[in-house]
Amino acid sequence: MHELSIAASIVDSVSEAAAAYPGARVKEVRLKIGALASVIEDSLQFCWGITVEGTALEGSKLVIQTVPVSIHCAACGRDGELESLQSFRCPHCGEPATDLRQGREMEIDSIEIDEAEEKV
Amino acid sequence: MTTRIVELRRGILKKNDELAAGLRGRFTSAGVLVLNLVSSPGTGKTAFLERTLTALRAKGAKVAALVGDLETDNDARRLASSGAPVRQINTHGICHLDAEMIDKHLTGWPDVPGVNPATLAGLDFLFIENVGNLVCPSSYDLGEKIRVALLSVTEGEDKPLKYPTLFNSADAAVITKIDIAEPCGFDRDLALKNINEIRPGIRIFETSAKTGAGMDEWLQYLADQRSAR
Repeated sequence: MHELSIAASIVDSVSEAAAAYPGARVKEVRLKIGALASVIEDSLQFCWGITVEGTALEGSKLVIQTVPVSIHCAACGRDGELESLQSFRCPHCGEPATDLRQGREMEIDSIEIDEAEEKV
Repeated sequence: MTTRIVELRRGILKKNDELAAGLRGRFTSAGVLVLNLVSSPGTGKTAFLERTLTALRAKGAKVAALVGDLETDNDARRLASSGAPVRQINTHGICHLDAEMIDKHLTGWPDVPGVNPATLAGLDFLFIENVGNLVCPSSYDLGEKIRVALLSVTEGEDKPLKYPTLFNSADAAVITKIDIAEPCGFDRDLALKNINEIRPGIRIFETSAKTGAGMDEWLQYLADQRSAR
């Protein structure tokens, strides 16, 4: 249950970035979370609602894109996505896979903001 | 009103990762090998570490340990019986250690002859015993060189399959309490197979802190890793 600390880190980081757009409202925060990142989406969504309360991000939506684990197989030279986290083997040739290319991401990809119109 | 997408591409735990990278640089220049020990509560991290600290000290190595728990300094007091400097980190409810806690607790410590507490130069090994938890510690880099996942014979051979994120991030695995493997009905082959299924090729040590079984191999690994820097 470290989703609360994660939500707090995201709020800090996004608030800092959004400060460059004075008067803007953050509508959406988009994350990329690897399947191996140990982050539970439901739990993070639940914590999000609590964490943004009373901040500049209140009312914003958290959109989470899950990144599958992909590997490069030293034995057959091909890249592939793991079908499950129960077996780290090349999906093509079945050899053990140690070279992970993605799946551990914990990243704030982008934010969607409504900018205040400049007064003429 | 204009809607705009702002690309951030920023790590969520960027602050922790940056702090950890700083610590790693510091550990490398000091020449100290740092290990992060992770397991469920009750696996026997403390007993294993106590035996490790005592054995390393007997070989003349300079060792120290940081130990994380939600509350109490019981583990620090147990580990201190090895004679090594030990500092307790109480997280007060937080389920993992992070780089900031490590950084903070290294200030002015350890105060032992031959070790410079400001740089850690002179120290051979620093062990970090994480909070007993197989989920959250996997996300937090502490600047360690080696992450060790521990599993006891009482826990079930499928633990690596249940917690793949942690076991896959480990550099070495330690099976503890092998002295009671038989009464526990521990299926050794299955446990080794499961660990290898999640982290192919990982070094696995089968140990007992009670009898000392497997400790020579583990100590040899530590010595090799330290000189391999």
